[in-house]
Amino acid sequence: MSILTSLQLLPLIGALVVGILPASNAKLVKQVALGFSLLVTLVSIVMAISFDSGNSALQFTEVRTWISAFNINYAVGIDGMALVLILMTTILVPIVFLAGWNESENGRWNVKVFYILLLILETMMIGVFAATDVFLFYVIFEAMLLPVYFLIGGYGSGDRAAAAMKFLLYSLFGGLLMLAAVIGLYIISTNQGGATFDIARLSELTIDSATQNWLFLGFFIAFAIKAPLWPFHTWLPTAAKSATAGTSTLLLGVLDKVGTYGMIRFCMSFFPDATKTMTPAIITLAVISILYGAFLAIGQKDINSLIAFTSISHFGFITLGIFALTSQSLTGAIFYMVNHGFSTAALFLTAGWMIKRRGSTQIADFGGLQRVAPVLAWSFFLAGMSALALPGLSSFVSEFLVLVGSYAKYPVAAILGTLGIILAALYVLLAVQRALHGETPATSAGISDLNLREKIAIAPVIAVLVLLGFYPKPALEVINPTTKTVMINAGVSDPVAKVAK
Amino acid sequence: MTTSTSLVYLIALPLFSAGLLLLLGRIADKWGHIFATLVSASVFVIGVMEFFAMQGREGEARAATQKVFEWISVGTFQVDASLLLDQLSICFVLLISGVGTLIHIYSIAYMSHDRDRRRFFAYLNLFIAAMLLLVLGDSYLNLYVGWEGVGLASYLLIGFWNQKPAYATAAKKAFVANRVGDVGLSLAIMIAFTQFGTVTFAGVKEGASGASAGALTAIGAMLLLAAAGKSAQFPLQSWLGDAMAGPTPVSALIHAATMVTAGVYLITRSNFIFDASPTAQLMVVIVGAITLLFGALIGTAKDDIKKALAASTMSQIGYMILATGLGPVGYAFAIMHLITHGFFKAGMFLGAGSVMHGMNDEVNMRRYGAIRKVMPITAATFGLGYLAILGVPPFAGFYSKDKIIETAFYAGGVEGILLGGATLFGAGITAFYMTRVMVLTFAGTKRWDENAHPHESPFLMWAPMAVLAVGSVTSGFLLNSGNALVNWLEPVVNESHEHHSEHFLPPLAISAMALFVVAIGVAFAILKYRSVPVVAPENVTGFTKAARKDLYQDSFNEAVFMRPGQKLTAGLVSTDYKVIDGLVRMVGWVIQISASSIRNIQSGYVRSYALIMVLGVLALVAAVWMVTL
Amino acid sequence: MDIANYIYLSALLFTIGAIGVVVRRNAIVVFMCIELMLNAANLAFVTFSRVHGNLSGQVASFFTMVVAACEVVVGLAIIVTIYRSRRSASVDDASLLKR
Repeated sequence: MSILTSLQLLPLIGALVVGILPASNAKLVKQVALGFSLLVTLVSIVMAISFDSGNSALQFTEVRTWISAFNINYAVGIDGMALVLILMTTILVPIVFLAGWNESENGRWNVKVFYILLLILETMMIGVFAATDVFLFYVIFEAMLLPVYFLIGGYGSGDRAAAAMKFLLYSLFGGLLMLAAVIGLYIISTNQGGATFDIARLSELTIDSATQNWLFLGFFIAFAIKAPLWPFHTWLPTAAKSATAGTSTLLLGVLDKVGTYGMIRFCMSFFPDATKTMTPAIITLAVISILYGAFLAIGQKDINSLIAFTSISHFGFITLGIFALTSQSLTGAIFYMVNHGFSTAALFLTAGWMIKRRGSTQIADFGGLQRVAPVLAWSFFLAGMSALALPGLSSFVSEFLVLVGSYAKYPVAAILGTLGIILAALYVLLAVQRALHGETPATSAGISDLNLREKIAIAPVIAVLVLLGFYPKPALEVINPTTKTVMINAGVSDPVAKVAK
Repeated sequence: MTTSTSLVYLIALPLFSAGLLLLLGRIADKWGHIFATLVSASVFVIGVMEFFAMQGREGEARAATQKVFEWISVGTFQVDASLLLDQLSICFVLLISGVGTLIHIYSIAYMSHDRDRRRFFAYLNLFIAAMLLLVLGDSYLNLYVGWEGVGLASYLLIGFWNQKPAYATAAKKAFVANRVGDVGLSLAIMIAFTQFGTVTFAGVKEGASGASAGALTAIGAMLLLAAAGKSAQFPLQSWLGDAMAGPTPVSALIHAATMVTAGVYLITRSNFIFDASPTAQLMVVIVGAITLLFGALIGTAKDDIKKALAASTMSQIGYMILATGLGPVGYAFAIMHLITHGFFKAGMFLGAGSVMHGMNDEVNMRRYGAIRKVMPITAATFGLGYLAILGVPPFAGFYSKDKIIETAFYAGGVEGILLGGATLFGAGITAFYMTRVMVLTFAGTKRWDENAHPHESPFLMWAPMAVLAVGSVTSGFLLNSGNALVNWLEPVVNESHEHHSEHFLPPLAISAMALFVVAIGVAFAILKYRSVPVVAPENVTGFTKAARKDLYQDSFNEAVFMRPGQKLTAGLVSTDYKVIDGLVRMVGWVIQISASSIRNIQSGYVRSYALIMVLGVLALVAAVWMVTL
Repeated sequence: MDIANYIYLSALLFTIGAIGVVVRRNAIVVFMCIELMLNAANLAFVTFSRVHGNLSGQVASFFTMVVAACEVVVGLAIIVTIYRSRRSASVDDASLLKR
């Protein structure tokens, strides 16, 4: 049994154990769930250590027959890109548990259900990045929506039922388009001697360009909704407004990455011709997302939807990096996925603590927090600095790589994207000024600073942001082989410098 | 090139100290300021040792490098965290750590009543680390990290008293204006990488000779944009006046002596780009000339002592930028003026801080007057700085500013006359507004607030001022004796030893003209400010009104960028809700509407269901029938 | 006699039954109309049995009769129950499905 399978089974076992615990003992439930998630983190770190970064092939592979009639397999295996995303997931889950220790208590159902849902979600989040069978990927891709639906609808705030429904229907719509494309691929593979859902074999198919375009769109729209790219983004702010901080963290930090991950893993490797055809249009959408998300973030009054719109801007950067398709931009984009996960986690978690203490999500209701809760204020400030890609923090490395790589092939897009960094300064500093600076109003005077549990939860996130900012080499070394493979598959090489050395 | 192992401590020590003081929190309140000062002093000591080590080496071996670790390596994009200490960066290392340490010492006393003094010192150390990284990085990307790092430190320090909304806004404004410049630097790096496949100074220098004129001009223009943002040059200068919201030692260190001169460093460092692109050089001199007049004119109308000094800083940096645009001859003079300016302007800012300290933080010069009697040391040190900035021989400014005026005249032709005229005119206005500051503050009669009881500042405050005053007196002479600085910088900026003898104006004549203009400025100011009303007069010329409002740059920015930007944002927010999300909601709405109209068919009457069945069967039969036909 | 006449008769009976089901409201009448339709089908089955010369059609008609008998049992029981609760045998009064 591959370590990947055990990694997926562990949270599932955790969910079962939590299921048989008495619901009355909420503390025990939380401790057991946290224990299991930490165990998963540990196993994933062991896996990362034994991962061979020099090898560009899939590692820790395992294939078991699932539905033999259609040649559907339980097939898993990871490359560098999947590894960093899985690591990000397994590190974020216990942090989310710890940070939102009490957010399960105002739900529609009891505490147990909350942790069972989260642990099942963790299994699926690992599985979706590990799957090397398109059908398996599709099933997890769709099934993941359900725990999130219940987490938003059952434990969120405000108009949570409507937000959960919008999220579910919007994502299902994208999923159906992808299902059609998956079936289309299967039929083509059947016609070309050998029905298969295996990613590696599907990428070897020869498909005429018109068909490629349609199938590409099927996958791409599903991923663009997930990622979310302008103009498919409107479900995200609604969901982020209603979800708990922890759910938002996992939703934007991990689940949305499946979209950009899928663009690289499926769109590019299955349909190289269509990718070339569609690239100008997609780059345009990406640039619009960058600027649009930033402008909208400036105009937000609700802190959670502000974070959601900053993410739309950041997903624009990631998509730009992916489709500019140079080794810098692609590596930058993959690294950006990881950094955005941690950076968004820091933003949502600190914002969640602020909201919980102040009892309001409106930025205007805060103010002067730096005087009363300096550690909380600093955490939020650093998270904001990471969102505006301050050098020294990891998001700078990835954002700069995306821009420098894109400039070589799409200078106009890169220049417009670079303008986004001014807007980023505006949306972060406006929020920082309104929430942290100024006189402390009487309503905020009683706000307490972070307690030990919260400090332990935020410390690793900030540590990762700083460490990867100063020393991104370990991450980049793991990601580089994936980039190379993708570029070779796409038949693209880096532009050469105009003045030879 | 020599390989060094100690350069990294220049940055690591203050960075570590900043992190430590911030993480420890209140525990470090008792000793944080002393610790930070010692760290800064030890950085200065290391700098001095490096300087002497450099003097012991000759030629190529003078410059030292240290590769700290491999930072980013993706494909051909290879950037190491590497440091480069050459003849240019050592000047900055000594200036930053030297003036920095003096200002640390000054701040111990100046900030002694502030509950957050430890945090202030942590920020100061953070600034020192970032600024040293800026001047020591061996590639544009390393420089960029320091570049944004000093921006962050500046933001934190301007907003140090951010409980006052205006101060917090000033901090934000500075950061955003700097970011506009940062876009320029980012783009310059991107173009450089696309052109040369590397972003190290050495690599770009090597490639610059083979690049197209268009590419070089583009890089140059972008670097100039970056320099304008950081060094408060036209059209990005408006943040500097507001930045005076920060504590005065910050204004002295960051917004006078070091950070704002980073643009001069950037252009000097990139001399190989600008030397190869006359268009870019022309842009540089135009920006420099506009700013030096702009700043000087604003300085004539400011009543806030710090804002008057800030306008002066802007103007003096304009001189330096102009000098860097004049080609190989200008760089050394720009750096010389930068160093002498570091001494006299920092000294004057500390003097202003000392006056404010004694006057209950009053900044309005109209409420000063006759302070020389109660603060003799402050008045003396400030006075020496004043003589230096005027360019009175043998004070520091005489050597550095006269050289710039001279070089401007020697640019030749119409350009030379225009630039020379601008610098000369600027010198006159400088004399006017600086005399105005002197007269309003130290001379004349008392116009103090009733509660003001000015007194001389403590030793910890006046000692740094005295040291800086010594620098204001001697640095120009020292740097110029035997062309010391010019020769020292020669390997970096490739100064060719051309002689200016063929020009129509001998240097002596230019100096005489400069002194004459300065004398006029001084005389005019003394005459005009014999009596000073406490409330600023309203019936002033349109020009004064404009200068009081920073020549309407803020109004322009607000009208052209801010308000349309706000409108655009508001428009997009409502479009997003109404149009894009509206479409999504419309899909749901259409389904609801159509569902409820289809629901009417479900009448609940058996016979209507039966009828539909019959009709359905008939339709089916008809369809089958049609097909078989 | 022409075989087609039987088919015409069967079609006519079926149509009368169908129209009766749709237009009449009395549950008993509707019920009888359904029976009429079933018997129209039976007639058609028997006719086709004759045409093809085998017994399949006749067997099918027996099935129909059995089903019809079952239907009468259940259907009449429902009608009686509805009549008891609503004092009416009109099918329009039994429109509970609507809301």
